Amino acid sequence: MIALIKDNLTKADVQDKLQEIFSRYQGEKQELIPILQDTQEQFRYLPAAAMKEIGRFLRIPESTIYGVSTFYAQFKLTPLGKRIVRMCRGTACHVRGAAKVLSEIEKQLGIKAGETTDDMEYTLETVACIGACALAPTMTIDKETYGKMTTKKVAEVLGDRSKAEQQ
Amino acid sequence: MTEAKPSSNNQHTIFVCQGTGCVSGKSIEITEALEKAVAELGLQGIKVDYTGCHGFCEQGPVAFVEPEDIFYTHVSVEDVPEIVESHFRDGQPVERLFYKDPVTGEAVPHFKDIKFYSKQQRIILRNCGRINPERIEDYMTAGGYQALPKVLEEMTPEQVIDEIKRSGLRGRGGAGFPTGMKWEFCRNAPGDQKYMICNADEGDPGAFMDRSTMEGDPHTVIEGMTIAAYAIGASEGYIYIRAEYPLAVKRVRLALKQAEEKGLLGQNILGSGFSLHIHVKEGAGAFVCGEETALMASIEGKRGMPRSRPPFPATSGLWGKPSNINNVKSLATIPVIITMGADWYASTGTEKSKGTCVFALTGKIANSGLIEVPMGIPLREIIYEIGGGIPGGKKFKAVQTGGPSGGCLPAEYLDQSVDYESLTAAGSMMGSGGMVVMDEETCMVDIARYFLSFTQAESCGKCVPCRVGTKQMLDILERICAGEGRPNDIDLLQELGEQIKAGSLCQLGQTAPNPVLTTLRYFRDEYEAHINEKRCPALSCARLISFYILPDKCQGCGICMRACPAEAITGDKRMVHIIDQEKCVKCGTCLEVCPPRFNAVVKVSGEEITVPSEPVPVTAEKQ
Repeated sequence: MIALIKDNLTKADVQDKLQEIFSRYQGEKQELIPILQDTQEQFRYLPAAAMKEIGRFLRIPESTIYGVSTFYAQFKLTPLGKRIVRMCRGTACHVRGAAKVLSEIEKQLGIKAGETTDDMEYTLETVACIGACALAPTMTIDKETYGKMTTKKVAEVLGDRSKAEQQ
Repeated sequence: MTEAKPSSNNQHTIFVCQGTGCVSGKSIEITEALEKAVAELGLQGIKVDYTGCHGFCEQGPVAFVEPEDIFYTHVSVEDVPEIVESHFRDGQPVERLFYKDPVTGEAVPHFKDIKFYSKQQRIILRNCGRINPERIEDYMTAGGYQALPKVLEEMTPEQVIDEIKRSGLRGRGGAGFPTGMKWEFCRNAPGDQKYMICNADEGDPGAFMDRSTMEGDPHTVIEGMTIAAYAIGASEGYIYIRAEYPLAVKRVRLALKQAEEKGLLGQNILGSGFSLHIHVKEGAGAFVCGEETALMASIEGKRGMPRSRPPFPATSGLWGKPSNINNVKSLATIPVIITMGADWYASTGTEKSKGTCVFALTGKIANSGLIEVPMGIPLREIIYEIGGGIPGGKKFKAVQTGGPSGGCLPAEYLDQSVDYESLTAAGSMMGSGGMVVMDEETCMVDIARYFLSFTQAESCGKCVPCRVGTKQMLDILERICAGEGRPNDIDLLQELGEQIKAGSLCQLGQTAPNPVLTTLRYFRDEYEAHINEKRCPALSCARLISFYILPDKCQGCGICMRACPAEAITGDKRMVHIIDQEKCVKCGTCLEVCPPRFNAVVKVSGEEITVPSEPVPVTAEKQ
């Protein structure tokens, strides 16, 4: 089920930024995915108000846009936390104990994979493979990669991050 | 030890690896620190540069110094002053950072002497880790963009196709279809507009070959793609890259721009009259888009769902026009075949599988990394000589190739030649290049469950055998791992697997049962132990294992009690501690923290160990 909670952006909130995105495109149907990617980069999720405007711009029904955006794992329909924690579940990570690390992260953040903390600080996701298999098990926080993870290192990594924010 | 000369005599360049693995080890900061330190000391003739993935990710961050070819491993920002002062100023390489042979402990200064490299033969990865991927000049100095002028000036498209056919090159995306033939089909297909597509949607979990190639040597992919476009007669090209690979996207975009500026791409390339425009499309996170018809639907802006073939893309592909899709590694090989000749290329490999293959060697292996070996090499050589064997004195159990489409091969196959035919005959496949090593602690039923959970989640849902069948197989595997397997589950898995293979629309479904079918074939005893004895022989499936504290060994130190996240351990000072099996979450923390000199915690499956019901005074001799 798609729960559109916490999506409070209105047409007025999204219009200017969308116009700027649209100015880079011709308005052809094949541009849908790049436009969705740009929109998500701008708002960190796909606001319902933006979907309507994209539909108008590309002259395609909103249902098609939802069809495409729910097909691809990259697209989110609800706002994400300030920091995105991703645990790799690739094969190399799996055989080196990624599941244990994931459950430790879930425990420390108090959320399950796919969820966002109530204070909107963290979103926890799993990814199929981030391609840094030699460092398995790996996790990322935003653009930072942490390799050779253990359950013990989880607190350190999450803590490291909050310290870095304060500086 | 080394013949390095003081830096004042000549030019030295230190190349720091900036592949994904080393970057996560802070290699960008290391590069910056080197630049700063060299500038501060005012050293002349020292250049700080960077490369793409060097391959030896296990030893990262790595760096090497030319011309003396000194190879540094596990470099940190703190090591920078010593490298600059000792090596560059005083001419004394830092031996402390050399690679250490795991057997002899000897320091090895040159990477050509390290077994990990010396056993490899690098054609596709020839420039990876050797040149700066963000400068087209470096690629050209290394022999790049020599094949393209040769093709445009001296060869007809038919001659190019013929050369590639003679080389014996087969698709490196996994299926192994002869590349030259694929090009010929597209060349011969009627149509005024044709498309050339590079499939860089590397989605297999546990694989990073295409990523490293694009990050380390993007121009070779572009040159190969331009030659392919010329051969088939395409004027538009697309590179479809996963959005999860931001560095690859950045470097490929930069390389495209540089090639256009040099007239090697775009309108009227090198004055030949041939034009090609290449666009980058970023994938949005769907494994099935690695399938060619799904990939093309995705480029068109649709849901990436495959369609039935025929018609094949060669006659009706992107927007219904004849299209040709090749994998990154196939394209990276093309310039070498043109420059060195088909005969040279065909002299490597086996009768039916020519050339080399790239593997991302990972899992329970000492030397994780990116390797390239000649086709036909025995698995044993890859795992034990290049890979350095299994760490921690553990026993080899299986090697998995082909990702979620492939299979797990047991120790009996270690002397098997690595090529398309042998791996397929053994029930696995070559695949795109993932090679994951498993040891005695890896449960094969759990691995099968893991792969099925992946393919089940990535099934696009279009056809019933894949959508419903993989879900049913996953349910069965989950209950077997949970100790609730039923006697006829093995037969049911076998039957379902064969039907899904036969009935699915695309390769995703047709190959999804492979990990289950191969583990059933080679590790049936593990399935039987799970189902009949409720026992996990690898001591891995959480629901089938138990932890006990041995009363005759426990010293009552309390470390495990304090560390237990589930508060499942009771005890007191000098009292034998007890694990409450009801509360235990099987995380294994107690086993990890119990001091090795006590060694009081054991992990068992299928057996019960008698322990007191509540803490009793310690009887073990004080250590």
